[in-house]
Amino acid sequence: MRIGGKKLPFSLAGSYTVIYLAFLYIPVLFLPLFSFNDAIYIAFPLEEFTLQWYEEMSESTALLNALENSVKVGVVVSIISTILGTMAAKAFTRYSIPYNRSLKGFITIPLVIPLIILGISLLVVFSQANVPLTLITIGVGHIVICVPFSMLVMMSRLEGFDKGLEEASQDLGETPWMTFWRLTFPLSLPGIVSSLLLCFTISFDEFILAFFLSGDEPTLPIYIWSQLRFPTKLPSVLALGSCILVVSIFVVVFAEWFRRLGTQPSDSGND
Amino acid sequence: MAVDTASSIATGRKAAPNSDRFSLSQETRRGLTLLSPTLILLVLTLALPVLVLIGLSFWTQVGMTLTPGFTLENYDAFFEKRIYRLVLLRSIENSAMVAFLTVILAYPAAYFIAFKVRKRKMLWLILITLPFWTSYLLRVFAWKIILGYNGVINSGLISIGLIDEPLTFLLNNREAVVITLAHAWAAFAVLPIYVSLEKINRSLLEASADLGESPFWSFLRVTLPLSLPGVTAAFLLVFIPTVGDYVTPKLVGGNNGVMIGNLVQTQFGRGNNWPLGAAISIISMMTITAVVCGVLLLMHQIKKRLA
Repeated sequence: MRIGGKKLPFSLAGSYTVIYLAFLYIPVLFLPLFSFNDAIYIAFPLEEFTLQWYEEMSESTALLNALENSVKVGVVVSIISTILGTMAAKAFTRYSIPYNRSLKGFITIPLVIPLIILGISLLVVFSQANVPLTLITIGVGHIVICVPFSMLVMMSRLEGFDKGLEEASQDLGETPWMTFWRLTFPLSLPGIVSSLLLCFTISFDEFILAFFLSGDEPTLPIYIWSQLRFPTKLPSVLALGSCILVVSIFVVVFAEWFRRLGTQPSDSGND
Repeated sequence: MAVDTASSIATGRKAAPNSDRFSLSQETRRGLTLLSPTLILLVLTLALPVLVLIGLSFWTQVGMTLTPGFTLENYDAFFEKRIYRLVLLRSIENSAMVAFLTVILAYPAAYFIAFKVRKRKMLWLILITLPFWTSYLLRVFAWKIILGYNGVINSGLISIGLIDEPLTFLLNNREAVVITLAHAWAAFAVLPIYVSLEKINRSLLEASADLGESPFWSFLRVTLPLSLPGVTAAFLLVFIPTVGDYVTPKLVGGNNGVMIGNLVQTQFGRGNNWPLGAAISIISMMTITAVVCGVLLLMHQIKKRLA
């Protein structure tokens, strides 16, 4: 864009994107802002700075239990989903699979189906099969939505390196197992770490499935939902929410950075 | 095929024998073995449950006991009560609006990253998709704080003296639901649009410029039509999941913002009529499918007209 022959340091699309980013981030930033505010009501003007809501939060055993539950589910879900996702990705990228488009479509359905439908369908099946609702049922629900994510992450990683490398290794006499350990695994490791982290975040933050599939052991989002009814609990929910936001952002940035390791040399920031 | 054969010769591998179409090659079998755990899992946890849900919608429930059978009672119940139809229709409208808004808002940002950013594209993409990875519940809750009676906007405006009484039209209506959802799903729309823009062959744009088209007409005649697949994908990726949402309507929608997901949730919770809840879900899914087919057909027609 030029005005008076001078090139502006920003473009129209660029300034729009900055405003768009502000629209994305500012609403969420009110959570941490009010979590340090020394008032029970979430309203302006701001009062004194305080850490009391964080103290109150860290003293709640119900919260710590929920946190423990979420971490347990998240760790197991991310490991199982990543194993399944990696196997599926390898099948699609390295072997000729009949009907591979339809099969890929089937596996990615959980990404587009309304989660409430998935939640109630699983609830009905579990209750008809007399499976009690526990952390395991929540975990099953989360694996269903995490496997497609993991598969997509791993496919983009596996497509990135040459199939010829694996064939060369086998032609040189390595067994398929050793080829996997000495070639495929190290090359796809960044994808695996990224998939583990992303699946953990999805499971950790997931509410809708957990809402239908939880018994009397709540995960963190279920706990937060139960607290939203009590106005006096809101400030400590804000404190908890701020902590979750910080952890999620940290984990995702780390995951993305890992996923791009060694790929796209033109874009990896040699500028 | 010729290329396949050539590459398999080049790498010293034998092409799969084509003589017997019914016996799978070793490669295919190995691939299917790798795929089978995932397929079995998804058949058991996705296909089977949805089939069971369809079956359940023909059952009846008295008190706590489910009675198997085949009755259209639940479907009758849905169509007899006007309120159900209205809520479903409103959910579809709301989600269509949300999807439309997110696409409109996301397009310029995706355009900027695809065409204007030369270095650090990934940084921009990560920045935009980051909020999407944070807790959905918290993003929705943030809007309750912003729009609430004693919320950020009201208390902010009062404390700078612009208004005396809190504005009540901010929360508990459809608009609040649409804005909140549009914000919560924004990042989902950027990626598909970005991918389709990134794929556009830049020499087409140069050709268009060389032929004397202004940047504006180049955009309208080349860039926009070529990015339609991404726009359609973005629209549907936001539309489909939001129809069933019940968190946002519950937190910011009030009585006027109720959506079909709330009705389903009620039947599986307090209302305790699972078969009716199942029937409502099935009808909603079929309606969503019809809308999706409609959108795809429309895009197909537009593409044909442009070609």
